[in-house]
Amino acid sequence: MSQATIRDKAAIVGIGQTPFSRSLARSEYDMALEAILAACADAGISPRDVDGTVRYDMETTDEENLLAALGNPCLRYFVSSAWGGGGSASVIVLAAAAIAAGMASTVLVYRSRARGKESAYGKGAHLGGRYWERLDTALPGLNSWHVPHGLVGAFQEMAMIAMRHRIEYGTTDDHYAEVAVTFRAHAARNPHAVMRTPMTIADHHASRMISDPLRLLDCCIETDGAVALLVTSSERARDLRQRPAYVLAGAMGGGGHHIRLSTLYERTRRDDGAPRAARQLWAMAGAGPEDVDVAFFYDFFTPLVIMALEDYGFAQPGEGGPFVERGGLAWPDGRLVCNTNGGQLSEAFIHGFNNTAEAVRQIRGTSTAQVGGCEIAFVAGGNTDPTGAVLLRR
Amino acid sequence: MTVRDAIRTRGLPLPLPMRDNEPFHDAARHGELVFQRCAACATFRHYPRPICPACLSRDHTWERSTGRGTVWTWTVVRGPTLPAFEAKLPYNVVDVLMDEGVHFVSEVLDCPPGEIRAGMPVEAVFVPASAEITLVKFRRVRA
Repeated sequence: MSQATIRDKAAIVGIGQTPFSRSLARSEYDMALEAILAACADAGISPRDVDGTVRYDMETTDEENLLAALGNPCLRYFVSSAWGGGGSASVIVLAAAAIAAGMASTVLVYRSRARGKESAYGKGAHLGGRYWERLDTALPGLNSWHVPHGLVGAFQEMAMIAMRHRIEYGTTDDHYAEVAVTFRAHAARNPHAVMRTPMTIADHHASRMISDPLRLLDCCIETDGAVALLVTSSERARDLRQRPAYVLAGAMGGGGHHIRLSTLYERTRRDDGAPRAARQLWAMAGAGPEDVDVAFFYDFFTPLVIMALEDYGFAQPGEGGPFVERGGLAWPDGRLVCNTNGGQLSEAFIHGFNNTAEAVRQIRGTSTAQVGGCEIAFVAGGNTDPTGAVLLRR
Repeated sequence: MTVRDAIRTRGLPLPLPMRDNEPFHDAARHGELVFQRCAACATFRHYPRPICPACLSRDHTWERSTGRGTVWTWTVVRGPTLPAFEAKLPYNVVDVLMDEGVHFVSEVLDCPPGEIRAGMPVEAVFVPASAEITLVKFRRVRA
């Protein structure tokens, strides 16, 4: 008897998204619903037939919001993935698990973010805008160990993690620039991308330092927008309107989190979340990094892409920098074509979910930087969080 | 004034002591840096937590640190940051590997941005920030 897994049990059959922009002047609720209706229309499935939902835990459009807007569909499975961008692929794992277990048949997965600089609309930590600009002045939790010293946001925490990688391996500004320039070139082909002006390595190096070693052009953009995907069983997927993107394998890995710097370095990197997810993922798929045709890394900051290449076994530890040199990640003929939408660095920052949508387009054969004969796409969540990854196949 | 301006945190964010970490803050107020140490296997840990990750014992003591360590990793924050920190831009933040083997995030007070280096020896100093909270900062140890 074969071991029970989610392998090949589910497929992504609908993609929906809003326009992506620096400012849409709309609520996260409104954008979520536009993306959801679009995903359902793309799949040819009525929103009233949705019986499962998976959201990020910090998503402001919750199940009750959905029931109230969609006419009370019969929800029988609703979960959320923890750890923000770390869960951007885990949400697909949770949807596939529900389908494999018979807990739901039509699962909606979505993320809506009003994070453009002028999109703040409330006092809650995740109600639009930059979360770190509205921190409490009395900090009860893990933030109490570093925010009082002026380490206020993810970009500064990532800077310290990236700096350690440079200390250990000599990763360089040129390596960072390769990632930024490559993904910008991909975005230039994508009409939905927010940042489409070509970038050179010199442009990258001339951008201002935000928090050493991160320059402005090492950082993802902050945008407004939403993405929704519809997941159903592989059997049903074959009869629907779009070519299915089958979930070949998916895994989650518990590990360190970027705001917990004091415990991040307690463990070896091999025992952190992404390497743990990687080992399970490749085992479930019966495949390895060499089988991947296109990869989507959680590109919130350029050095974290370099580290993720190592975490998932595409490069040996310390060799992620050399791996990206000379167009290593570039469409159409890099060593490993990555983030063909422009990623979060240049398309939009929808907490990684825009990368997952693009992975589905690669499997369908409809990307604006289409990899020829694309059979297997890899998608990973943020690798400095408890995280997850999926493999989609044609 | 924009909505964004209205919601930005203006005051200096400080720790709110909780049951698991109150002894740390009490000691800092008296000019001591203390870490939890397992009473069963003698492993130090930080941040404070109820059990030892090495042996799962719930028994621990609070022990005074040597206050010394070396810079493990660092950044220089050049902005954006919160209004409370804007006046001192650019400033460093460091992760210090302490003699006890634990990591501690803080700032090296007397070090210009261009002089921070991994491996730099540092020692703790105490900076009162309110009646209740004293922040543990660092200064360079010169040979």
